[in-house]
Order: sequence, then C-alpha cells, then structure tokens
Amino acid sequence: MLKDSKAQRVLIAGALIIVALALYNVNIRWHISGAFSLSLSDLMMLAAAFIAGYPIAVNAIQALRYRIIGIDALVTLAVVGAIFIGEYWEAAAVTFLFMLGNYLESRALEKTRSAIKSLLELAPDTARVLRDGEEVELSPDEVVLGDLVIVRPGEKIPVDGTVTEGNAYINQAAITGESMPVNREAGETVFSGTVIESGYLKIKADKVGEDTTFARILEMVEEAQDKKARTQKFLEVFAAYYTPAIMVLAIVVYFITRDIPLSLTLLVIACPGALVIATPVSIVAGIGNGAQHGVLIKGGEVIEKIGTVKVIAFDKTGTLTEGKPKVTRVFAPEIDENKLLRLTASAEMYSEHPLARAIVDATQARGIDDLTHPETAEIIPGQGLKAVVDGQMIIVGNRKLISEHGLPIPNDIEDYIAAEESEGQTVIIVANDESILGVISIADTIREDAIQLIQKLKATGVKKVVMLTGDNQRAAAAISRKLNLDAYYAELLPEDKVRILQQLQQEYGRAAMVGDGVNDAPALASADLGIAIGGAGTDVAMETADMVLMSDEIKKLSYAIGLSRATVRNIKQNIYFAVAVVLILLAGVLAKLVYMSSGMLIHILSVLLVIVNAIRLLRYKE
Amino acid sequence: MASKTYQLETLTCPTCVRKIETAVKQMDGVKDVEVLFNASKVKVNFEDSLKDGKDIRKTIERLGFSILGEK
Repeated sequence: MLKDSKAQRVLIAGALIIVALALYNVNIRWHISGAFSLSLSDLMMLAAAFIAGYPIAVNAIQALRYRIIGIDALVTLAVVGAIFIGEYWEAAAVTFLFMLGNYLESRALEKTRSAIKSLLELAPDTARVLRDGEEVELSPDEVVLGDLVIVRPGEKIPVDGTVTEGNAYINQAAITGESMPVNREAGETVFSGTVIESGYLKIKADKVGEDTTFARILEMVEEAQDKKARTQKFLEVFAAYYTPAIMVLAIVVYFITRDIPLSLTLLVIACPGALVIATPVSIVAGIGNGAQHGVLIKGGEVIEKIGTVKVIAFDKTGTLTEGKPKVTRVFAPEIDENKLLRLTASAEMYSEHPLARAIVDATQARGIDDLTHPETAEIIPGQGLKAVVDGQMIIVGNRKLISEHGLPIPNDIEDYIAAEESEGQTVIIVANDESILGVISIADTIREDAIQLIQKLKATGVKKVVMLTGDNQRAAAAISRKLNLDAYYAELLPEDKVRILQQLQQEYGRAAMVGDGVNDAPALASADLGIAIGGAGTDVAMETADMVLMSDEIKKLSYAIGLSRATVRNIKQNIYFAVAVVLILLAGVLAKLVYMSSGMLIHILSVLLVIVNAIRLLRYKE
Repeated sequence: MASKTYQLETLTCPTCVRKIETAVKQMDGVKDVEVLFNASKVKVNFEDSLKDGKDIRKTIERLGFSILGEK
C-alpha cells in the first residue's frame, strides 16, 4: 500500500516534469507580485516537487522530532532552498530522482536478499499426524515429540525424526544444498524441510518446530546476514562523521562565497549512500549463495577471515575419512575371496564389534546372501572369536589369537600382513583348525573428494594443510601420505589438538580447524575459524563453528573459501568505487561542474551500481 | 526485562537504521536496540515498565516504517 503510493508519486512527478519541459517555451505567466512571476512550466515543476517531495519532508519532520538529521532533512532543506531561489527545475528533479532512486534501490536490495528469502520459503507449512489412529492435518508447530507423521510424495517433511515405516527418495536440498535424492527407510533419520520425491514415510518426531535442524539453520542465517564485517563497522563510523562534516562545509561555503546554490548542492551529496551500503549488500548476497549450497557462514567477519587462512587443520575420522570402517582388501591364497568372506561373516553374525559389522556389510555389498547361522560362537575379548560354521571350526582374530591356537603364520602371509599394517589397515586373520585361510584388511576409507580438496587448497595459497587425530601413528601416517598432507599429528587428546592449533597459529598465522564436531568442539572453538562438516544433525557443531558445511561433502570447503574470497573482492570493488564517487562528487560540486539534480543523479546511480555488483555474487559458482 | 523483535517492511536505506536506533534508544525504559538491516528487523530489550512494548511499536511506526509482525 505504502510502496504503491510511492511508485504513484514517482510516476506522477515524472510525467509532470516531462510535460513541464515540453512547455518550457510556452509563455503563459502568472504575475504574483511586483516582478515575481511564474510560467506554466514553473508551476508544473513546483507541483512535481511537491508531490515527490511530500513524503521526504514528512520523513524528515518525523526524524527531527527525535533530533535526528537524516538525508531526508538535508534533501528537504536543499529543495526548499532551491524553490526559494527560483530553481524550480532543480527542486523537481532532485525530489523526483530521490524518490525514484529509493524505489529502485528497494527493488534491487530485495534481489540481493532473494537467496535467503527463498530459503525461508522452504519451511514446511503443514503436517499430517496420526492421532488416535486417524490422520489429522496440523501446523508443524502443533506436532509434539513422539507423534507419528505421515509424508507422501511431493510433500515436505515437517519434523526431524526417525523413519518407522516406508521407503522414499528424499531431496535434501533445503539442508545440504544437494538436490540429488537420497534413499531413506526404517531406522534412518530425516530432516524437516526436505521433500519426498517418491515413496512414502511414517516418521516418529524427534525434534519439532524451532528445534529442528532446518529452523535452526534459518535462524542462524538470518542472524548471520547482519553480523557486521569489520570494514562495515569502520565505514559506518566514517559516514557518521562525513554527513555532519559536509553540513558544516555547506555553511562555511555559504558564509565565504555567499553562493546559495553551491551550499544547497553540498547538502544533496552529504550522505555517502554507496559507501554505507557497499559492505552489507555483498555480505547478504554471499551468505545467501552459501546457504543455498548447504554452507552456513556466520557473518561478515567470518567471510573476511576465511579468504586469508594460512593453515588448515583437519580432524581425521569422519572428516577426511568416512568415519566407518570398511573392508578394503581380501587375501585368500587357497580359497575363493567371497567364500572366505561368507565364512567369516557367518561366524561374526551375532557380533556387535565394528570390525565384524564391516565384514557383514562387505558381504552385502558383494551380493553374498547365503550366510549361515554359526552353530556355536565364542567371543574372545581383545582377540577375536571362534565359531563353528557349516560344521567346521573358524577362528577370526589377530595374530595373538592365531598363535595361541598353535597355528604357524607362513612367511608370505606374514609379509602381506606387515605391508597392509604399514598402510594403516587393521588386519584380521581367518583360519580353520588346520591352517590359515586368508586375511581381511579393514580401514576407515578416505573420502573420495578429500584428495582433490587438499590439492585445491594448496593451489589457492593455503600454506599448510595438516591433520590432527586421536588415532595411532601408523593409520595417521598412511592417510597423510595418501592425501599428500604437509604434516600430521597423531595420538592426540582433545586438549592436545587445541595446543597444536595454537602452535600452528603462532608459526604460520590464521588457522582454521575442520572437524565433525563430535570430539573436536574445543578445537573448533579455539581456532581462528572453526569449520564443521556434516553439521546437519550435530547441534554442538552448528553452534560452535564459524562456518558449517551441512552435508558431509568436504569438497564444499573449497567452494566456501572461493565464495568468501569473491565476496571480499566484491566488497572491495564496491568500496573503491564508492570512495571514488564521494571524492569526484565533492570535487565536482566545489568546481561547480555538478549541480543539485546532477549530484542527486550521480548519488543514486552509484548506490544502484553497488547493489547490482553485489547481485552478481548470487551467481557465484566454483 | 523483556525483549521483542519486530519485523519491518524491507529496509532500504542504511540511514533508516540509524534513525530507528536513535529514536527507540531515546525512549524511557529501553535498554538496548539493534536494527538488523538485511533482515529488516528491530530487536529491543526493555524494562517491564514498557509492558508489552506498544509504545515502541508506535515510535517505529511514527518514523514511517510499517511493522509486519512481532515476536
């Protein structure tokens, strides 16, 4: 309503000005008193100035009531002065341009904020819940913990929860920025704000309303966009002094030169709009771009820091690696590999040990589906287990277990084991009661995108890329070698990580820590920049980190660094441009090359250009 | 002590930020004000003497900004 009336005023004032210019040479005059007369054109200019200027004057007076002199007051004063000295064209042009500029500015600003706004629109708006055996439709806020929620294709999941029934492909773009659908079935967790593309799920609500990951991301993004960069704080202070200084200058100029138009022009250019807006527009566009790609950057200062990081320290398990042990190699000189796996998995069927799970998972991955229940199974803590499978004794475990059974390990197998262990693999020996059947190597696998990421980081000017881990030397060395890291620090406790980070900071400068936030929260907090990966679902990580990669794709880190650098570049371009405009305007006005309306025009164009430059950031891609 | 967050129509000029901040800060009972330019929100902490903060709304509206919601 209010905006429409502004647009109407701009249109009417603009039309009046055009007609007035067309009638410039028509000599119809009204004599007011003495030699003072107004032409038809003058009258229309005055009308335009009044129509466009009225809201400006109202704003000015409202602010003056609180003893605030804003740009409205200065423009009003300049326009009144212009009318007083008979510069009707100037008065009309200045008010018209000011209003038009405001209108265009607000449209352009909305565009810079569009990325974040579109994220807000992903919030779920209804929830279908089972109550007393019947489906009822509620607002997502009305769902309570433990409710069973039903979601069908095309619908948004309204809660964070555990799937109890069904199977579906889900688009998790709202959380992770990835639109590639993922499969979810009973026992797995799903997030609010994600969309079911096909399938059907019944979900038990674990987190609802404002506690959901999506709601918290929204809240953090909303807050982040207004966390000021240091440049911004500085510029705001500058602007706070610049405006009164120009006002004083206007008065001084008037007393020295008695040149009213010159003084009035100074008032028009007293607000360095482009300079003030230079930083926040770039930051909101940069943070918006990040949020759409599953990267939460918590504010302007973080953006300024990321680009200048000298050392990046990674946690190992769950960050550079998948965090889940997997079978990497099977060595079976006598029998078929799959047969060995089948026997071992059958023996381990009831074991909860992570290594046993890895072996059972490996049989599934290879399509081995004829596992048999062990007739007996005995777990020997710290060593392995003995079981009877298909009537034969199977021993699965480490060297100690094998040698206790009096089975010799042949030289070739011993060499193989040593080689695997030096690669950081955990080795499991499988034997029957006569001889060794084979060896299964298990390791936490390196994330596929990690090698590429490390290369990219080094290429973009990060001095040192290191790994901090609580794991043993051998495993750490193997991974460090494969990833071509500059250094690794193994067998660390959480407090050791903090200490080493401090050393790195002292030696090389700004240090970032990348971790999954599970056991490295202190390190994330103490680094210059804490970066959490796989943040969705880990509350502590989301709170402590300065930047959160929602998905566990670590390659997003180089995108995030690139985006931050692009944002900082964008801010710098804006500031250089805005400073140049301020200086040129000031020089132009004092040299009498720039007059009121042209001053206003340059001012408005500069503000718009700065915003348009920031909008470019919305299209940033790696 | 109470606190409220007001959602305003899209703020377009950074000078509006100073205007709202200065005006609301001058009110009796207002502890601190923060205007979020990009989010177009005003966060106010105020004494209980201002009750539900109706006067804060009035001040913001009198400056020419319409309030879309409060929390």
